[in-house]
Amino acid sequence: MKIPYPVLIKRTEDTPKWLPVVTSVGAVLLAFIISGIVLAATGADPFKIYSYLYKASFGSWGAFSDVIVKATPLLLIGLGCSLAFRMRLWNIGAEGQFFVGAFMASAVVMVPLVNLETTPTWAIISLMAVLGMVGGALYAFIPGILKAKLNINEIITTLMLNYIAVLWNNYWIFGNWSEAGFQMTKTFPKVAWLPRLADYAKQVPAFSGMTLHVGILFGLIAAVIVYLIIYRSKWGYKITLIGDNPRAARYAGINIAANTILVFMVSGALAGLAGMTEVSGVVHRLQERISTSYGFSGVIVAWLAKLHPFAVIVVSILFGALLVASREIQPSGISFLIQGITLFLVISSDVLLKYEIKWVRPAQETAQ
Amino acid sequence: MAFPEETNTVPAVEMQDIVLRFPGVLANDHVNFTLYPGEIHALLGENGAGKSTLMNVLAGLYKPQSGEIRIYGKKVSFNSPRDAIANGIGMVHQHFMLVENQTVTENVIIGLDTPRFALNLKKYDQEISNLAEQFGIHIDPTAKIWQLSVGEQQRVEILKILYRGANILIMDEPTAVLAPQEADELIETLKGMAAQGKSIAFISHKLTEVKKVADKLTVLRRGRVTAERVDLKDFTRESLASLMVGREVIFNLHKCEQTAGPEVLRLEDVCALNNKNLPALRNVDLTLHEGEILGIAGVAGNGQSELVEVITGLRPCTGRIWLEGKDIANKPPSFSINQGLAHIPEDRIGVGTAPNLSLTSNIIMKRYDQQPISQKWQLNYMAADNLANGLKLEYDIQAPDVHTQARKLSGGNLQKLILARELSNTPRLVVAMQPTRGLDVGAIESVQQLLLEQRAQGCAILLVSEDLDELLSLSDRIAVMYEGRVVGVVCSQDFDITQIGLMMTGTHPQDLPGKGQSEEFPAQSADSSFDEVLEGLRHYEEAAQTEPPKETEISSESEGPLEEPPQLEPPTQPDEPLLNLSEKERVLRKVLGEKYKQGDEE
Repeated sequence: MKIPYPVLIKRTEDTPKWLPVVTSVGAVLLAFIISGIVLAATGADPFKIYSYLYKASFGSWGAFSDVIVKATPLLLIGLGCSLAFRMRLWNIGAEGQFFVGAFMASAVVMVPLVNLETTPTWAIISLMAVLGMVGGALYAFIPGILKAKLNINEIITTLMLNYIAVLWNNYWIFGNWSEAGFQMTKTFPKVAWLPRLADYAKQVPAFSGMTLHVGILFGLIAAVIVYLIIYRSKWGYKITLIGDNPRAARYAGINIAANTILVFMVSGALAGLAGMTEVSGVVHRLQERISTSYGFSGVIVAWLAKLHPFAVIVVSILFGALLVASREIQPSGISFLIQGITLFLVISSDVLLKYEIKWVRPAQETAQ
Repeated sequence: MAFPEETNTVPAVEMQDIVLRFPGVLANDHVNFTLYPGEIHALLGENGAGKSTLMNVLAGLYKPQSGEIRIYGKKVSFNSPRDAIANGIGMVHQHFMLVENQTVTENVIIGLDTPRFALNLKKYDQEISNLAEQFGIHIDPTAKIWQLSVGEQQRVEILKILYRGANILIMDEPTAVLAPQEADELIETLKGMAAQGKSIAFISHKLTEVKKVADKLTVLRRGRVTAERVDLKDFTRESLASLMVGREVIFNLHKCEQTAGPEVLRLEDVCALNNKNLPALRNVDLTLHEGEILGIAGVAGNGQSELVEVITGLRPCTGRIWLEGKDIANKPPSFSINQGLAHIPEDRIGVGTAPNLSLTSNIIMKRYDQQPISQKWQLNYMAADNLANGLKLEYDIQAPDVHTQARKLSGGNLQKLILARELSNTPRLVVAMQPTRGLDVGAIESVQQLLLEQRAQGCAILLVSEDLDELLSLSDRIAVMYEGRVVGVVCSQDFDITQIGLMMTGTHPQDLPGKGQSEEFPAQSADSSFDEVLEGLRHYEEAAQTEPPKETEISSESEGPLEEPPQLEPPTQPDEPLLNLSEKERVLRKVLGEKYKQGDEE
């Protein structure tokens, strides 16, 4: 095969520490430029739109609180994906795990599993959180064991399981749990709500109307835990080793099958917890549209953050801002446009980290 | 170089002074190769000798750094296999490139410019069946590839080349994947094609096969030609073997004299399958003692890698493997690691290291779970770095620091990193597979020295190598493997490179020249002639019930002390008695056949 262009792509030997930051930021900027061109082509003024987007998300404390609310599920899901992706497990079933987590948390109220009159709020919330995580973990166990024992492609299984989870939820909200024929459950009693800032508006008037709930704390704690797992623990070492070279890991005596299942389950548990915070902290009921495809945005967040748990915090807030802003501008698809272009560019920019691209003369090419 | 009777014909292929350098390896060093029309020309050599590389150059896959290629007298320069095909050169690779769900015809005409749009399959079926008939190839053009045996699939590959009008065929170890009967059939086909004027280059490392098929022979060794266009009848198997394995500089290694201690490793009747689910190990029995290096000799692909994988727990097997009294067969790798097994894998980058992780991470791969690196759930990276820094100094690993990614190390330093990890953990048994392959001279010496140090410390070492010189200079005993069996075990005082070379091609110790008759040997090793492997298999399984042939000795005339091995010159004259013996051996097989084997069964 003759290469039409005399381009030599060479693996870079040394990547300077600053390069990943530069390429990531550059990719995001480029994404905004490209989106701007698209917007300009449709006749809008991109600068006006961008400044409006900024104002809509960071313009006031109230708006920022909304941003954090949107960022919470993204953060949890992004952390779970980061962990799985470190082992090169492509769990794109966070959406499904999110729904199962939401379902399990709702079950506490809807069945009900405990006496809602007498049980204190902290106990109900804890039970919902635990069950949400268990639900997500068990749901992720399925692709995990299929991958570990039968080497079935986890991308396919996780993707398909997403649909099953959504339909499973629909079964309940259309059927037994339906409130007066609407496709949603009844509103949860206050005891099953995650505490919000607005709840303390009496003490601190500035908090009135702020929807920010405790879920973000779950996310921040999870970020620290995931950080400790990846960078401090023996388990994290094993995950990194398996991710880099599974054959070497097997040779070193590491049980790949067990770790595959375990990582899947932790990843699923975080997505399940995200589902719980959403029903208990935001929607306060189980309904059809509890997720604006958080599960898939979480994948993007994890990638943009280069799988670093603390970077996931920053990126999920930025993405939360985009989601909030999309409510304010028409058409609302613009934020998805920016998201998509950003992901595309950030992932492409990885090539610059790993390879040098050089133009060569044909004479040099033949020496290859 | 042409022989007198050929001077008036134009050679089909003339390759002159071909030089091909890969990073760090000189794969072809001024190699000449000439092939005449209607001739089957064998290229013989060990693995890595540069045979396939040379033929890949001819097939247009590699471009040589220097040298000339002439096809039918016309100077050519190939930029791609397409150019080679245009010049009538086709290559059948070891791994077939066929579409499983399509028919023979579809596979043959795939990628051609005609038909352009509509496909009249019947017409092409007929064409291909005519072509097959012309060359005596039996195949049903309408059969789907998955329905065919390996031998039949190979015929499809040959047809593919013939259909593209090739006059020069390159067969890359074509019999490696075939059963003996299929191999015979293939050889007949090839001979028929040669008779019709096709030129065939036949790559092989099997002596018997080459004797059967080829007219002329070129032997390569470490990228150089050691015999060019010689007539096969001038050579005995012995002289061919020594041309193939040769003899090179031996390093000045200080190997102390010591007697082997108690048994460390014992393999009992171990059988295993390879990745294609074919038998790779057949009833292997081996023992290995403290302070002993047991060399495993053999041409690559005769079960050595499977042997290593079985011992290190990476491949399931039947039979028993005792490591210091514990059965480690079919246990997870972590079990044998905890029993003190160290493994220096063949594939340094793919198995031995995690290329994108740091030196430290690679060093602690097998002891992240030990104090002081392990602290409850945590990993103490400080302690790990300390360990890595210490080992980096001790084993002289050249790297900027311990946070350097492993992939940035050179081959030699990577191997030192692996050795540092494996040997610093006071192993009881070291399984080393090709520990010096691809390394430069200095690194080879330090790796070998490290192994000898381990031996002096009472460690048992299983050393698998294709480099006979290395085996001869390091091992206390050498076990020779052929087709998954241990053909024989030789003690260091009886080392003889020619005989080991012969055993590597499947000759049994009792069939070796310079021997008395086979009654000197226990009857345990039945005749496993290369020609009759399948038949022999049954007899083998019964025969292998008896003791392993570890005491099999080979007396030989030409022995020197280990440090000064005999310089074996390739004999220029055929050795009269040896020739007789191989003739005799052949006749014995043919005439006595079954009887010969039945005698062994008792």
